[in-house]
Amino acid sequence: MRESIQLRVNGAQRTVEADPASSLLGALRGQLGLTGSHFGCGANQCGACNVMIEGQAVAACDTPLWAAAGKDIVTVEGLGTPERPHPLQRAFLAEQASQCGYCLSGILISAAALLKRNPDPSEAEVRAALDRNLCRCGAHNRIVRAVLRAAKEAA
Amino acid sequence: MTATAQLPTNLNANPRLSRWLRFDAAGFVVLSPGKIEIGQGIITALAQIAADELDVDLARVRMIPATTAASPNEGVTSGSLSVEQSGSAVRYAAAQARAIYLGAAAQRLGVAAESLEVQDGTIVGPGNLRTSYWELADDALLARDASPGATPKAPASRRVAGTPAARLDLPDKVFGRPRFVHDLALADLLHGRVLKPASPGAKLTSLDESGARGIAGIIAVVRDGSFAGVVAETEDAAEAGLAALRKGAAWSAGEALPDETNLAAWLKSQPAETTTVDERKAVAPAKVARTVRRQYTRPYIAHASMAPSCAIAQWTGTDKVHVWSHCQGVYNLRTDLALACALPPENIVVEHVEGAGCYGHNGADDVGFDAVLLARAVSGRPVRVQWSRADELAWSPVGAAMAVEIEADLDAQGEIVGWRGDVWSNGHVSRSGRSAIPTVFAATQIARPFERFIAVNPPMANGGGAERNAVPLYDFASMRITCHRLLTMPIRTSALRTLGAFANVFAIESFMDELAAERGEDPLAFRLRHLKDPRARAVLEAAAKRAGWSTWRKRDGAGHGIGFGRYKNFGAYCAVVAEVEGEADIRVRRLVVAVDVGEVINPDGVANQMEGGAIQATSWTLKEAVRFDRTRITSDTWETYPILRFSEVPAVEVEILNRPEERSLGAGEAAHSPTAAAIGNAVFHALGVRVRDLPITRERIIAAAG
Repeated sequence: MRESIQLRVNGAQRTVEADPASSLLGALRGQLGLTGSHFGCGANQCGACNVMIEGQAVAACDTPLWAAAGKDIVTVEGLGTPERPHPLQRAFLAEQASQCGYCLSGILISAAALLKRNPDPSEAEVRAALDRNLCRCGAHNRIVRAVLRAAKEAA
Repeated sequence: MTATAQLPTNLNANPRLSRWLRFDAAGFVVLSPGKIEIGQGIITALAQIAADELDVDLARVRMIPATTAASPNEGVTSGSLSVEQSGSAVRYAAAQARAIYLGAAAQRLGVAAESLEVQDGTIVGPGNLRTSYWELADDALLARDASPGATPKAPASRRVAGTPAARLDLPDKVFGRPRFVHDLALADLLHGRVLKPASPGAKLTSLDESGARGIAGIIAVVRDGSFAGVVAETEDAAEAGLAALRKGAAWSAGEALPDETNLAAWLKSQPAETTTVDERKAVAPAKVARTVRRQYTRPYIAHASMAPSCAIAQWTGTDKVHVWSHCQGVYNLRTDLALACALPPENIVVEHVEGAGCYGHNGADDVGFDAVLLARAVSGRPVRVQWSRADELAWSPVGAAMAVEIEADLDAQGEIVGWRGDVWSNGHVSRSGRSAIPTVFAATQIARPFERFIAVNPPMANGGGAERNAVPLYDFASMRITCHRLLTMPIRTSALRTLGAFANVFAIESFMDELAAERGEDPLAFRLRHLKDPRARAVLEAAAKRAGWSTWRKRDGAGHGIGFGRYKNFGAYCAVVAEVEGEADIRVRRLVVAVDVGEVINPDGVANQMEGGAIQATSWTLKEAVRFDRTRITSDTWETYPILRFSEVPAVEVEILNRPEERSLGAGEAAHSPTAAAIGNAVFHALGVRVRDLPITRERIIAAAG
């Protein structure tokens, strides 16, 4: 059941002892202490736990560890730091693009994945890229503005 | 501003200044109000108020989350009252603290206090004499009660309040640093899960615990009457234990739920407590030519917070427990826990840690008690309990379904000469800490259970519940409003943003539109003709102007509508213009919101609340209804309880009418109800179809068109 599994998280090689069928989110939040990715539904329906795997935004809650092993994983903690923020983090602060912020880490990851494949998205493309991320507070339009601002400032 | 003769209510109830704030020699102010951050930005607004009164940079204010161990008791953070109630207390306490420190400075410098001024905490006197709050910092100075007579600054001389300060909590959230109770890393933390019943009211008739006990990592299986749960070393083990427990559980039949397809008939047929909300009799009754009657309904609506409810509890011995919770009121939860555990309140500490956005009485208190029950089995170690998404959607209290019937008497000219409104609804509040019995869910499950609390309505002085905003603000000479609160409660209801206002304003504003349409009158002009209050008129006119109401060109399949409400009839004024498109699937393209919240503390905070409220209300109006069959709530996933998505969100423009000389009013609930009304009216304008039953879905439009 429990095995040693190698993960590459935010550029660092990490080892977790876990059942390979258990979720990546559990390992990130538990053994690795990376609590920025949040549990929202456990069924890949809300996006709160999104992480980037090989540049794609995926729900960590229903990604088994075996599927993530050996791949390049980026969580919100790996996007940037207060000293060296990712353009999206800078833009989200500038636009005050949040209310409660619980959905934010997953949205930042979805947006980062979008900007990787499409550095100059239209507003409609931003909305489409975030359509699987739910926000209950109604911060959507601020979030869209922040993503567009980040794209503009990174250009 | 003149010296205050009377302390603000919340300061009067918690007069010790040191409970509110202290100065630290390291160069910062610690502010510890009793209100809590629920995603609305309140801690930033309160920090702004303190920074202003103390003349310190906002960055010097550190906010301490509320805890029953130290904070002033400011009740529940709800009702859009925090800026008004806590803000006035913080402002006054800070003004008095400043005066006390200036007195100490005057003594040290040997000059009159009146000759001193404060520049970012440095106290400067004549001849460049200097000291500072930080140099003088001494907790003994504020170890005294507030007294009337201090003088907060006049609005015109405030420098921080009124500016769009950046949210203090946001950097943590953007960089993914632990901020939520879900993320709290405590030493020796264990994980708990609770077993929800098969249906509301069902009793656990037998439980085979062996399957759960056989799972590696399970530390305890807890059963107390119909309450059952597991405690484990890891979340995975706790989940596996819960799944095994579910397999081993047998439940009795629960209480039958109503027929979801005919809620109005059900609401009107239940035993109810009937009260007259308001009555106004015309001096000279007019002759009634005819009477128009309409009925409007809203379904049960879920909080549907992004995070499942979560709490941590840790017992010391058998009679002391510490709880970390995202509840809305730390003292209220403590009261309920004390009742449910039969412990003195002082043996319990409830400490607030942020959760996801909170829109009223959700599962936070319930899961707090769940954690207390589970952690008792492993005294000494903290136990973190997290609900599932299904628990969150199906077992949190929900906003009550409502039926609203309005009759208007018209004279021979078709003018309104009489107005009668009837509201049928469950009560809208079953909050913790307010009654003789606890209202946390598991209190009805334990071996010595408490009665289930049937939701009530707050008094009208607090805005009422089901009857909130049932009294129209229009100038009708004759009027009678009646409320019927249900005495049965098969589906557990409690406070959800706006309480009854959402349905009542939707009903009143839809009906006003119907009456205007019958007369062929412009809906805006019709409203203004019946409205004297200048602040009400001002928001309607501002929204209409910004939206280009009078120059808007009607197209096929597109329409615009207007809605107005003054929240609780004594709070913020708000008018909304909605523009919609569609035939059966309605898309809201644009919402123009005009709001008057009196004096604005943080304009960006107000704009954020208005945008968020308008978007959440669009979701409620177009999509949301709690679904159920006769035995259980079935809308327990995001697929069965869909909410508005990014691609469906309208553009939202907010116009704030700042009135610095007027009392600050809460912004958090002002936009919802006018938005619903504006969308309903816009749908009618677009399609000629009047949908009176929320939500306005494809099915409802087709039914209303038929």
